[in-house]
Amino acid sequence: SSSQSGMTEREERRFAEVPRESIKLMAESSGVELSEEVAALLAEDVCYRLREATQNSSQFMRHAKRRKLSVEDLNRALRWSNTETICGYGAQDALPFRPLKEGELFFVEDREINLVELALATNIPKGCAETMVRVHVSYLDGKGNLEPQGTVPTAVQSLSEDLLKYYQQITRAILGEDPHLMKVALLDLQSNSKIAALLPYFVYVISGVKSVSHDLDQLNRLLHMVKSLVQNPYLYLGSYVRSLVSSVMYCILEPLAASINPLNDHWTLRDYAALLLSHIFWTHGDLVSGLYHQILLSLQKVLSDPVRPLCSHYGAVVGLHALGWKAVERVLYPHLPAYWANLQAVLDDYSVSNAQVKADGHKVYGAILVAVERLLKMKALSLTLAAEGSGAGLPGTTTGAVGFRENSPGLSPPSEPLSEPPLGIASHLQAGGAGCPWEEWTPVSLPAMYCELYSFFGDSLAVRFSTGPPLGGATPPGPCQPLEGRKEPASSAPNLENTRKMPQLTASMNISPRQDGSPRMEPQPPSLAATETRKTCSVEVPPGPGLGTTDIFPKARFPLPQAGPPAFSFIIGGRQMGRRCQGRRFQTSFTPTPPLTTHPPRAYAHKLPVIGRVSKPVRRWTCSHYSLHLPL
Amino acid sequence: MAAVQDGPMELDAEKETKPEILSDGTSNLSGNTASGTLSSSPLTAAPAGGAPKMEDQQTLIAVLQFLKRNKLSESVEILRREAGLGEHQEDSQATDGSGGGKGDGDGGDANSLLSRVFITSAAAPQSMLVKKDQPDVSVVLSAYSQQGDPPLYQVYYSGLKNFIESVLDCHRAELSQLFYPLFVHMYLELVYNNHETKAKAFFDKFSGDQECYYQDDLRILCGLTKKEHLKGNEVLLDFRTSRFVLRISRDSYQLLKRHLQERHNNQIWNIIQEHLYIDIFDGMPRSKSQIDSMSGSLAGEARREVNKAKVFYGLLKEPEIEVPLDDEDDEAENEEGKPKKKKTKKDSLGSKSKKQDPNAPQQNRIPLPELKDSDKLDKIMYMKESTKRIRLGPENLPSICFYTFLNAFQGLTAVDFTDDSSLLAGGFADSTVRVWSVTPKKLRKVKSTAELNVIDKESDDVLERIMDEKTASESKILHGHSGPVYGVSFSPDRNYLLSSSEDGTVRLWSLQTFTCLVGYKGHNYPVWDTQFSPFGYYFVSGGHDRVARLWATDHYQPLRIFAGHLADVTCTQFHPNSNYVATGSTDRTVRLWDVLNGNCVRILTGHKGPIHSLAFSPNGKFLASGSTDGRVLLWDIGHGLMIGELKGHTDTIYALKFSRDGEILASGSMDNTVRLWDSMKAFDEVETDDFTATTGHIHLPDNSQELLLGMYHSKSTPVTHLHFTRRNLLLAAGAYNSQ
Repeated sequence: SSSQSGMTEREERRFAEVPRESIKLMAESSGVELSEEVAALLAEDVCYRLREATQNSSQFMRHAKRRKLSVEDLNRALRWSNTETICGYGAQDALPFRPLKEGELFFVEDREINLVELALATNIPKGCAETMVRVHVSYLDGKGNLEPQGTVPTAVQSLSEDLLKYYQQITRAILGEDPHLMKVALLDLQSNSKIAALLPYFVYVISGVKSVSHDLDQLNRLLHMVKSLVQNPYLYLGSYVRSLVSSVMYCILEPLAASINPLNDHWTLRDYAALLLSHIFWTHGDLVSGLYHQILLSLQKVLSDPVRPLCSHYGAVVGLHALGWKAVERVLYPHLPAYWANLQAVLDDYSVSNAQVKADGHKVYGAILVAVERLLKMKALSLTLAAEGSGAGLPGTTTGAVGFRENSPGLSPPSEPLSEPPLGIASHLQAGGAGCPWEEWTPVSLPAMYCELYSFFGDSLAVRFSTGPPLGGATPPGPCQPLEGRKEPASSAPNLENTRKMPQLTASMNISPRQDGSPRMEPQPPSLAATETRKTCSVEVPPGPGLGTTDIFPKARFPLPQAGPPAFSFIIGGRQMGRRCQGRRFQTSFTPTPPLTTHPPRAYAHKLPVIGRVSKPVRRWTCSHYSLHLPL
Repeated sequence: MAAVQDGPMELDAEKETKPEILSDGTSNLSGNTASGTLSSSPLTAAPAGGAPKMEDQQTLIAVLQFLKRNKLSESVEILRREAGLGEHQEDSQATDGSGGGKGDGDGGDANSLLSRVFITSAAAPQSMLVKKDQPDVSVVLSAYSQQGDPPLYQVYYSGLKNFIESVLDCHRAELSQLFYPLFVHMYLELVYNNHETKAKAFFDKFSGDQECYYQDDLRILCGLTKKEHLKGNEVLLDFRTSRFVLRISRDSYQLLKRHLQERHNNQIWNIIQEHLYIDIFDGMPRSKSQIDSMSGSLAGEARREVNKAKVFYGLLKEPEIEVPLDDEDDEAENEEGKPKKKKTKKDSLGSKSKKQDPNAPQQNRIPLPELKDSDKLDKIMYMKESTKRIRLGPENLPSICFYTFLNAFQGLTAVDFTDDSSLLAGGFADSTVRVWSVTPKKLRKVKSTAELNVIDKESDDVLERIMDEKTASESKILHGHSGPVYGVSFSPDRNYLLSSSEDGTVRLWSLQTFTCLVGYKGHNYPVWDTQFSPFGYYFVSGGHDRVARLWATDHYQPLRIFAGHLADVTCTQFHPNSNYVATGSTDRTVRLWDVLNGNCVRILTGHKGPIHSLAFSPNGKFLASGSTDGRVLLWDIGHGLMIGELKGHTDTIYALKFSRDGEILASGSMDNTVRLWDSMKAFDEVETDDFTATTGHIHLPDNSQELLLGMYHSKSTPVTHLHFTRRNLLLAAGAYNSQ
């Protein structure tokens, strides 16, 4: 190492050379006298060997993918050329190279280290941190760095000119006045493949729902924007899902400023938002772990908060309904007894000052009714399928979630989903909370559930399954035998009177005459019809597995000769959907394949009196056939 | 040829004998029958000769011997008469001459060198017709070529320089190719003959004229001033013993020949004869840029004939696997009765083509391991994933995920991803190999034998049961090497990992037990790179010993040794059909080797620095190579020609990867950037008609800027590895460098 001392440059300065004086000095220090000639030869050779070693060592540097030649590289080169390696210079920090004032001598500073001190030192150096790998998305679709999650876009001008223009045009079109422009913009937002970089900006715009809660129209437009973004197959929403969900939840649950005026139809907005929520969950729920659980918790919180206005409760119910029957079963159903008291108090108050609140109460009532109806149906179906399937396993677990993913409920004409995706949910719930009530939850058997629900809704519920109120004295079913649950529990009979007192949502029904000449039935109390069918039902249905929903909710309310399964239509008034139809019709059919095509809905249309604020008569039915098998 | 004799030389005598050698050489090069021209050459030479000195006499004797052996008795008679040599004299002198040569101080060394030359030049059949049976004659003859007068080297060289500078522009570029090899050989000869100061003066005078891309070599050269230095320098020994290849049009060559004959510039001609190989082609002389694009390697350009061999670059037929209908996107996936359906979708690039590609090798040309059930499952997974693959293009660039190695103080030297992007391996300068799981699934070891005995081997989930849950962790460290790990490669089935190290070994690790299974010894020098075959089982390694070796995992000795590179083999890559291996080297060439017979089937020149990365296009047709000069070159394998040059990087390119469908080429470099190139456009723009031309020279468009689709900076992290996931997401990896 000290051979580097006394470097002189020749005029060419091509490379450093070791002068013969250095060689002589080195030799002297080891007790050898060298002649001038030998020293010159040696010096030259040393120079060459040093250069060679340096050149060879550079390949070790290159293969170690470094820019800086290290002592270790040189040592490796020396080792491979069978030369002694240099020891003691492996430290990372630079070694100061100093001149000596007296002579032309340069040396590397070599400090003395007190080993005792070092050994007894208390500040033991920590080992260096562990080598690890971290991953992050550096460039999305080859376009710029992703903004960290949740940050407000500070510099819109950092986008490319084109993107910026696009962003401005789109937001202007969507939030502007021209409905046609809005449609075009939404369609493009839904299909454009190059807007990944704009995603944070759009999400930010959408989070503006909170500032326009007085303007239903704007809220609606923002929700449509959410829908377009969610449906865009080229966008990876990632953690932005959370932000979108919170905006949508806001529309579902919050007592919007717009709802102060009863003329504003915020109900539809909530319905639409709920629809959107379910769509986001089904298509993007896997992006954020525990999302489902969080949504459920916040819905539950709202529902259990009596201070909240009824419109928030309504939102919670439709939200739960939109998330599927399992959500209804787990949150709404257990919560119902507590909630019912409040609701009933509202509904029973006939004072004028309460009229508005009461109307809201009816909305909630209707929403709950729809939710629990589907709960019962889906549960029954899942039981049947479970029985048909492996014969073992929990209800509903054997059928997968397949149907739902692409089948955005309500957003596209859906086919009939067999069941909810229980596995996915279950895992979410497991992951979601330790010590939360989810784990203690035990499923209620179907008959028991029906029984309880009947106690709340009475015939309003019963007519939805074409079964009348149960009769006492019929074969009382075992509470734990789901497959025999087709018989309505006898225990519900005493409640009959209570339920009668409850406000009848579905106060009457019309059974229109059938084409095939079946007897026209006048509006009559459902109990009567049920009583009639009861007999046939209990006789006709053979016990045992392998039966569909029809066994659980016998359809034999009407005489058998009918050619196909009857279709029932219910109208719950006051729940407007869109501009074109002021009512919503629910159809239930009791065969696995809905006979929509063969049996037009007019066959057994039950017209129910309208509750709530429907000013205009219901018209244009056919444009909105929503099956009850769907989440709203 | 190495100088053998240091005896006094006389210029005039030498000049007089030269023409015969000159014409001799000419005949060889132009491919005439050697003997015919040779027989006449003494006639032209002899009259010019005065009183022959000792050396000349030896020459004459040697020539006579040669003529005799070739039964050219008339010529012998004439020569003997004219030279005034007696028969006895000839015999005695002949033995003296050869004996004297061997008895010389450097005789032993020189002879060994000679034999090396002999072997290498034996490959050039034309020039060896004469010398083949006459080793002693060739020794004597070659001795003359060393006897140039040192002071005159400068004269010779500047004479040639003046000539070349005065010729027509179209020839100047071609003839300028001579400068560098001549310069190096003349310098080395001066050094070899101990003319140190003359060598230095020669170097100083002419080194500035050389092309800038030879700077690295010149730097090594200028340090060489003693004959002893040459001994240890393998690179320069190779330079001396291998022939530097130049491609020159016939017109330019004739011009050169005429000039040298007129000027009797024998010294230069000798060097051309012995150390250069001039590949003459008919047609237009090449332009400067055409020449520059192909030159730069240690041994000049590749001879055209070496790239003539047929290369089966097509892909192998995919095995037929029953693939269940991919219905993840459809609504109903009935659990029971999944409809079985054969995969019908085909890749547009034909990577999955069922039809036999005419350019594909026979399916069993290289025996490949049979597919296991797990391999089939993986293939099905692959196909499913590939249906979800994003179509990339200039309008649709991939997203990039960067895997940053933090706290890699020991130095990250190599990275590899598994094909399904589930595992990541890093080789480190502290001799360790680390494996990370980049999915939530943790890495687990197999249980110990004692524990394994306990488990129920009949159970369905036995594969799950053999794993030891206690060992689950995100990463595992593999200890075993005793030097920095320079290369890592996963086996396609994700069961094994290869690592190559400075300690001269390649190690095979099990990813089930995370232990070393085999250490493959053979290189004995640092092993710079190793790579598994795309079908597993085989792997290739390349190292400092200048050879690449083909191994099979169950053989402890290599199956093939691919020798030919003149310097370290720095990187290796298997062709997608596993029939070929590409190697990049410090000699600035890329070579393609046939796995079947070990032959070198392509030599690709044009890089100006050591090559550190290689990538085959997924359809097997093209090869990309990146080097320290920051350029990526694209090659057409079938024709063995360069078809593109991608300029932009400012530092060594350590990573190259084509997207899964080959539309995009990603390059990663020490300059902390990833660049994406429009490879489709680069390949499309090549006019394939050019290939059929006999010259085989194409004009490269300078369109790097048009082909560059994007440049992405990392944060102070050199890009060590690039990988496209099966869905075409780009993964990059590198160690964060805090300085």
